[in-house]
Amino acid sequence: MSYLPSGLPIPVPENDGLDKPYWDAARKGELLVQRCKGCGTFQWGPEWICHKCLSFDMDWHKVSGKGRIYSWERPWHPVHPALKGYGPYIVVLVELLDAGNVRMLGNLLGDPQQGVRIGAGVQAVFEPHDNEKPPFTLVQWKLA
Amino acid sequence: MSKRTLRGKVAVAGVGETPYYRHGKAPVSEFKLALQAILAACEDAGIDPRRIDGFASYSNDRNDPSRLAAALGLPALRFSNMNWGGGGGGGSAATGNAVAAVACGMANCVVVFRALAQGQFQRFGAAPPGGTATGEAALNAPYGVMSPAQRYAMRAMRFLHENRIEPSAQRAIALASYHHAQANPRAVMHGRPLTAEAYDSSRWIVEPWRLFDCCQENDGAAALIVVPAEEARDFRQPPAYLLGSAQGSEYRNGARGHNAPLYATSSFTTVAPQLYDMAGVKPADVDVVQSYENFTGGVLMSLVEHGFFKAEQANEFLTPENLTAPAGKLPLNTSGGNLAECYMHGLELQVEAVRQLRGQSTAQVPDAEVSMVISGPMVTPVSSMILGTEAVL
Repeated sequence: MSYLPSGLPIPVPENDGLDKPYWDAARKGELLVQRCKGCGTFQWGPEWICHKCLSFDMDWHKVSGKGRIYSWERPWHPVHPALKGYGPYIVVLVELLDAGNVRMLGNLLGDPQQGVRIGAGVQAVFEPHDNEKPPFTLVQWKLA
Repeated sequence: MSKRTLRGKVAVAGVGETPYYRHGKAPVSEFKLALQAILAACEDAGIDPRRIDGFASYSNDRNDPSRLAAALGLPALRFSNMNWGGGGGGGSAATGNAVAAVACGMANCVVVFRALAQGQFQRFGAAPPGGTATGEAALNAPYGVMSPAQRYAMRAMRFLHENRIEPSAQRAIALASYHHAQANPRAVMHGRPLTAEAYDSSRWIVEPWRLFDCCQENDGAAALIVVPAEEARDFRQPPAYLLGSAQGSEYRNGARGHNAPLYATSSFTTVAPQLYDMAGVKPADVDVVQSYENFTGGVLMSLVEHGFFKAEQANEFLTPENLTAPAGKLPLNTSGGNLAECYMHGLELQVEAVRQLRGQSTAQVPDAEVSMVISGPMVTPVSSMILGTEAVL
């Protein structure tokens, strides 16, 4: 059971393969972010170069999925046909505590009308969409 | 070496608009709207359209300069310019680019324009059905983050949280636009006043924004004509001189997946100081401001970042009284702006900024001499500009 109804755009890796390791790992229940082999800086979203030291030698680093809510929103108005008659839902922006506080976006699982507190601890969970073509897995968030 | 600047070198000599329509309601094609606005600006300036020798626009406007030049029978096209970036962030930048071209002699009479007929193309506020998402979109769309409101609400939410800003601050911005639109017969929301109670009871689009925090979507077109300062007195209308122009965004604003280090920003923290430096004025010198309302929270942050008040003063400063002409401390969006006049992608704000300097606004600020436009908060690049009368040169 996914948090949002099916029919939303399906995420696929970029043609140049930049973010393929992230999406492949999510299928296996692992959360990866980029980390520079040269200077150790964490980076998200994916990019071909380390913004800090300008090395092209970027690596993928497995993280625990422990996070903290940095900001959030609650969409009510459906802008996509798949969301007609659905909603509201909650989107959170999460800082990853063991990855240099890079931020990831996702839905906050649970009651869509719950109060949301900036600073609250959250944990990544994996939401497989096995029947989509192609199948994919989303990283979602639950209160820790 | 003297300081390199655009200050006082170029002026807006003409402005033009089509009638403004609700989205999908334009009775003519988008290209015809563009032509109508350009011809209206020529009429306003009192020039033969064949004097035009350049075009500048933004946000991938579909009406390209070569087709316009051919349609208008221009003897020579000398300047064609598109400012990168979606949204309205490039509005003042487009004018800045046109001014730069005129100032350095690349062209002599440049049109800045924007035309939109969203009913004839994809609407900004609705996502196309189905399909796939890659890159930045893959990190957003599967989570239900697709429209501009959904894309930027979290920036504003963080800013409101950090600075303990009350809902009344955003509300005052919406009320000011609707108030001014009631005096403006061109405004799509003319005759449809907004009360605080109606605002408070309006539906959520995406928290923290209600219906009236969000811009309209409209059809129409607007245009400005810029000419060298030494010729500016020869036109039908009093000139509005460009004092300053700046565009861009701060450190890593465009980092993907909402990873801008300074997230709670309208993107003007480095742009606004450049603007004031070129214009040679301070916030206190600005008589009237047109600040692009994609969403009221973006206006709030823009005004803070342009130095009109500090974030912690937002609750006391942002009241309808302070924001309305003629007597408010900072008259804001005096035509009704994107919220209540027309979402002409912010170019209507530039037209209004010129009107204020000519004394032709329907919500005139007495003796306005320094007039600011802020374009497209929260996107990147953003831009802003300051215009002035001859008296402040």
